[in-house]
Amino acid sequence: MEYNFLCNIFILIVMPPFFVGVINRVKSIIAGRTGPPILQLYHDIFKLIKKNAVYSRSTSCIFRIVPLTSLLIVLCAGMLLPIASPSPISFQGDVILFVYLFALARFLTITAALDTASSFEGMGASREATYGALSEITIFIVLMTLVIIVKSLSLNKMLTHGQNVFVADPSVILLFLAFFFIMLTENSRMPIDDPHTHLELTMIHEVMILDYSGPDLGIILYGASIKLFVFMAFTAMIIFPCSEGPVWAGTGILFLKVLAVSIMTGLVESFTARIKLIRIPQMLIASFVLTLFALLITLFDQRML
Amino acid sequence: MKNFAVFKNATMGHEESIPILNIGEWRSRIVDACSDHSARIISMFGDRKSASTIRLFCVLASDLKGELLVSATDITDGSYPSLTVNLTEAHLFERELYEDLGVLPQGHPWLKPVRATQKHSFYSIKGDAIHEVAVGPVHAGVIEPGHFRFLCHGEKVFNLEIMLGYQRRGIEELIVSASPLKRMVLAESIAGDSVISHGLCYCHAIEGLAMRKISHRARAIRGIALEIERIANHIGDLGALANDVGFLPVASYFGAIRADFLNLLMELCGNRFGRSLLCPGGLRFDLTREMETTFRVQIEKSMQKVNDVLDIMFSTSSVLARLDNTGVVTQDIAKKTGMVGVAARACNLMRDARANHPSGIYRSKKTVIARASSGDVFARARVRALEIKKSHELIGEFLNKLPTEKVCFSINALNPSAMVISLVEGFRGETVHIARTNAHAGIFQYKIVDPSFHNWTGLEMALRDGQISDFPLCNKSFNLSYAGHDL
Repeated sequence: MEYNFLCNIFILIVMPPFFVGVINRVKSIIAGRTGPPILQLYHDIFKLIKKNAVYSRSTSCIFRIVPLTSLLIVLCAGMLLPIASPSPISFQGDVILFVYLFALARFLTITAALDTASSFEGMGASREATYGALSEITIFIVLMTLVIIVKSLSLNKMLTHGQNVFVADPSVILLFLAFFFIMLTENSRMPIDDPHTHLELTMIHEVMILDYSGPDLGIILYGASIKLFVFMAFTAMIIFPCSEGPVWAGTGILFLKVLAVSIMTGLVESFTARIKLIRIPQMLIASFVLTLFALLITLFDQRML
Repeated sequence: MKNFAVFKNATMGHEESIPILNIGEWRSRIVDACSDHSARIISMFGDRKSASTIRLFCVLASDLKGELLVSATDITDGSYPSLTVNLTEAHLFERELYEDLGVLPQGHPWLKPVRATQKHSFYSIKGDAIHEVAVGPVHAGVIEPGHFRFLCHGEKVFNLEIMLGYQRRGIEELIVSASPLKRMVLAESIAGDSVISHGLCYCHAIEGLAMRKISHRARAIRGIALEIERIANHIGDLGALANDVGFLPVASYFGAIRADFLNLLMELCGNRFGRSLLCPGGLRFDLTREMETTFRVQIEKSMQKVNDVLDIMFSTSSVLARLDNTGVVTQDIAKKTGMVGVAARACNLMRDARANHPSGIYRSKKTVIARASSGDVFARARVRALEIKKSHELIGEFLNKLPTEKVCFSINALNPSAMVISLVEGFRGETVHIARTNAHAGIFQYKIVDPSFHNWTGLEMALRDGQISDFPLCNKSFNLSYAGHDL
């Protein structure tokens, strides 16, 4: 069991930047470019870690402690997830902890952004808070539906191969689509936010970390890739739950699942333009409605049985 | 007595023909002529006649008749009743005159400096929930310097104020004091991406003053260069728009195709932006027979790609949804602020110097004005796309009718006491150069109006009551020059 758990943690720590590279590679191929190497983010993180940080005079200690703290929080959330094998940290209601660990990390990032007293970062913080609040409802309805399907409040049970095979279930497909969109929102990907823009006025997540430099920035980029990885893994597991086989098989399957979601993300990002900021709530509400339908379908199914 | 002297584009007129009216009459004639927007102000400038007298000139363009109207007045006490009160489009010119010559337009609502040469206080709104966002003059990208001040309530912009002038080089004075050879280089450096437009405008001005006719071949090649510059820049702008909405395939394809067109200019004269191609009297480089063939083949090949990418861009619904109804400028505002070029045509205004005030090769070729009507980012993108196609046709026609002739003639001495107004429709819009010679036939005043000068106000208006996150997109859709404004 410990061996399996160590394996989970190892994957969680080592793999995430790779998938960011995959998304970028897919995007550059479609744009007709070679693009950066797939392992570029590892190089960036190591380069940044070796540098010195510069702090603005208007910041306080909050600004300095946030990168590492939020990285640890995101790692904690990741450990609850059955990555290659079921997680040993599992209890009834850990789904709620899972969601709120991310909310805590967001709270810290927003606080740090406000700490810089920059008008740009204030704008970014307000956007992040708004869209975060709107996507939270959808996440909970997704979880609620899964809870009803598996009749358990634990992530392990929800996402491991139990008696339920989700794939063919229409409500699960709806959940997958809605959660895929939430994954894009939560991780500031296109079409909600453009991770590659340098335009302060249009950014959401990137604008909040403008003042970070050196190791702090490295840690933030690393943390963001872990968050993306966890969300992509979760999205994939909604349709293809984690199996209970040997850990090497679990690792391989997980790799393929997340790879598929990364490629899908890259494709979506290549073929859509960013939506107007003012329209984002509409999109979030659309995904909320999708999950609501999924919930209704599930409830009817349960009554029929 | 006549109220205005009638000039034609790039044709010399004598200074004596310009009527000097008294201030009241000068003012009311201009207001009358412009009130129904049949004429518009394209330039205002002045010079100091004596310690107390300043002579002000106003140049109007009557687009339908293809005439340029000039009138002047003498101001003796350093101030006059402002034109802006009745004619909004004069506001920037009056501010400029106040800044450069110290002529006070009485009643002007806001004499803010045109170029950031002195300190001034920004417009502000009081209120708890109002916040100010200041961007620049140093930006996150490799772009020119400008300061943008947004007064916002949440995401909504109440007012955008733009402060420019960080690129002030005093180019008008430099041109006056430089030797004729250097003047050409200076004219090409007014705005780095409009080398041909400004260069051509300068050449037309000098040729006008010297009454020098140039060969048809030289005119046609100049036209080709100007249209290639237009295509290259429009493609670059559309690519930048695609990049801003995060639509990467179009952004990178257009980035690559833009280089194809710049390389054509490179082949012609050795510089990707067309520097050193033009000279008063004709061209420094001729288009050889082999080049003609490569031009034809290369342009057809590139245009095929351009059309494909344009189809992708304008058929992707998420791109259209992003561009549509963003940064709207109404036609009324466009008229009032005297907008020109792509931005004006996107508001359905027939403002294109190639059609209204043709010079050079455009005199022998009727140009169709590309227009759109919604006045938003989409309309500006659409006009660019249409103009790329129109320019492609024009280049084809110019190439087909190339006679074999000499392309460069020496320039004779300039005429004394003369004035010339030269208009060229660059890719941004109408570029105006006005040159005046003294009794010894030396240029003593050179006035430049870049299309950006008119249009920056339009950008401010486009953001009013808009979303602050739309600013980068609006800015790209106008793509105005900082250097051209600052001079």
